[in-house]
Amino acid sequence: MSEEVKTIANQIDITAIRAQFPILQREVNGFPLAYFDNAATSQKPQSVIDALTDYYTNYNSNIHRGVHTLAEEATNAFEETRIAVQQLVNAREAEEIIFTKGTSESINLVAATYGKAFVNQGDEIIITGMEHHSNIVPWQILCDEKGAILRVIPISDTGEIDIDDFRQTLSDKTKIVSVCLASNSLGTVNPVKEMIDAAHVAGAVVLLDAAQALPHMDVNVQSLNCDFLAGSAHKMYGPTGVGFLFGKRQLLEKMPPYQSGGEMIKEVAFDNTTYNDIPFKFEAGTPNIGDVIAYKPAIDFINSIGKKNIARYEDELLDHAIKGLSEIDKVILVGTAKEKVSVLSFNIEGMHPFDIGMMLDATGIAVRTGHHCTMPLMNRFDIEGTVRASFAVYNTIEEVDRLIEGVRKIASRSRS
Amino acid sequence: MSSIRDIQDEIVEEFEILADDREATLFYLMELGDKMPPLPEEYKEDTNLIKGCQSKVWLHSDFKDNKVLFEADSNTDITRGLISLLVRVLSDQTPDDIINADLDFVEKIGMGQIIGSQRSNGFASMIKQIKMYALGYKTKVAMN
Repeated sequence: MSEEVKTIANQIDITAIRAQFPILQREVNGFPLAYFDNAATSQKPQSVIDALTDYYTNYNSNIHRGVHTLAEEATNAFEETRIAVQQLVNAREAEEIIFTKGTSESINLVAATYGKAFVNQGDEIIITGMEHHSNIVPWQILCDEKGAILRVIPISDTGEIDIDDFRQTLSDKTKIVSVCLASNSLGTVNPVKEMIDAAHVAGAVVLLDAAQALPHMDVNVQSLNCDFLAGSAHKMYGPTGVGFLFGKRQLLEKMPPYQSGGEMIKEVAFDNTTYNDIPFKFEAGTPNIGDVIAYKPAIDFINSIGKKNIARYEDELLDHAIKGLSEIDKVILVGTAKEKVSVLSFNIEGMHPFDIGMMLDATGIAVRTGHHCTMPLMNRFDIEGTVRASFAVYNTIEEVDRLIEGVRKIASRSRS
Repeated sequence: MSSIRDIQDEIVEEFEILADDREATLFYLMELGDKMPPLPEEYKEDTNLIKGCQSKVWLHSDFKDNKVLFEADSNTDITRGLISLLVRVLSDQTPDDIINADLDFVEKIGMGQIIGSQRSNGFASMIKQIKMYALGYKTKVAMN
């Protein structure tokens, strides 16, 4: 092991962390897997896999309103995850956490309920030019329905917004500001605290898309004072099909329901139906019980290492990758913001990202290629897509070195 | 002009040297793509794009002396290599030979493992489009 790796590894036990992820033992195309597609979905520790198996093996049952033992056990486990999410983001109360399918559904929920009730013709919604399609399209649909206007804060060459642009775009017409805390394509961390404070002065509510931030940094909804925050379990070592929406109680209470059916009602009669209290008002139907339960050990995993330790270690991986890749002729880094999570987008002059991704895969290195569901952002940089390497806490400097060497080899055959 | 069978056998032999080395195979495909003359810009129009490919693949055809001539290009290097193989096997052949061609080299060189299922679907679209052109020319000849 190199000296550099030892220094970092002494702070957190990387070998012990990797041992918790069975998939990291496998080979791809005859090479040990180096998994750098964490921004798409992270791998899962054994504790998450075990929790799923344990639930289906030992206490599978529908939750809430059951009097038998299995229902009680499943309900308790399900609600324990809600408390774990509440504590993770430091929400004031567990009832402010609504389980959804993921970040996309959480954003859609706000657009379909808060948006439906409180956005009117001529009102404005602000997003940034670096948003994921899931934080663009729901607002476009809402704006179309309401005759509202979608305002987009432009992105600089480094992949950052100008806070002054944002301040100037805000007005008393602004009803919702919806921005990513960290960009999925570029890694840029937005100055959301300043944005939230300014938006509140203008009378707007702020939704943070924290899908890419949650695995990498401390996110505190009370100190940020955001009104809504959306996240996905599967990008933070948890199962797929589960996410959450945090919303301030006073907002959630005045919002109309999202979907309707079982669970979300208080009383149903043919002449009048009353709705359940939050969070159940927004959780119609049988939820994804097993995956919600298996989300908790993922949060426990993050807590066991410590969010600050994760951030520091991933910063080291990112810095090492940036340094290595930027020294290679023909490599162009896309998104060079000062504040970044461990997401690194790049291109090689004269080569298509697909080809680079396939070549890296041939040596066991998994990266994502394409537009990363941010087509407007790719258009901004006048590119078809990028190669994106995104790092998690189980990645190593040696793996990053393999990426650098792989890219060097591919770049050397570029014809341009 | 060599027969479709002979050209396929040549290709299978070339790929045998690469054995199971996926990286070397991809590099070789890109080299093959490099060697294929680029398609003139005027043929890179949307009507020449092959549907069902993740990358952009343009295919231009011509018909002379009862032979179908193909020229192709792609915006990605590996795909250019893939389509160059098809051009090599199927260009300058008669419509009947193209339509009836049993392209067993695809399986023999392990194309599915090399390029994965998504690109394999694209590759199948290329073959289909090439055969469609051949059928079109055959029909045209029959009608004259």
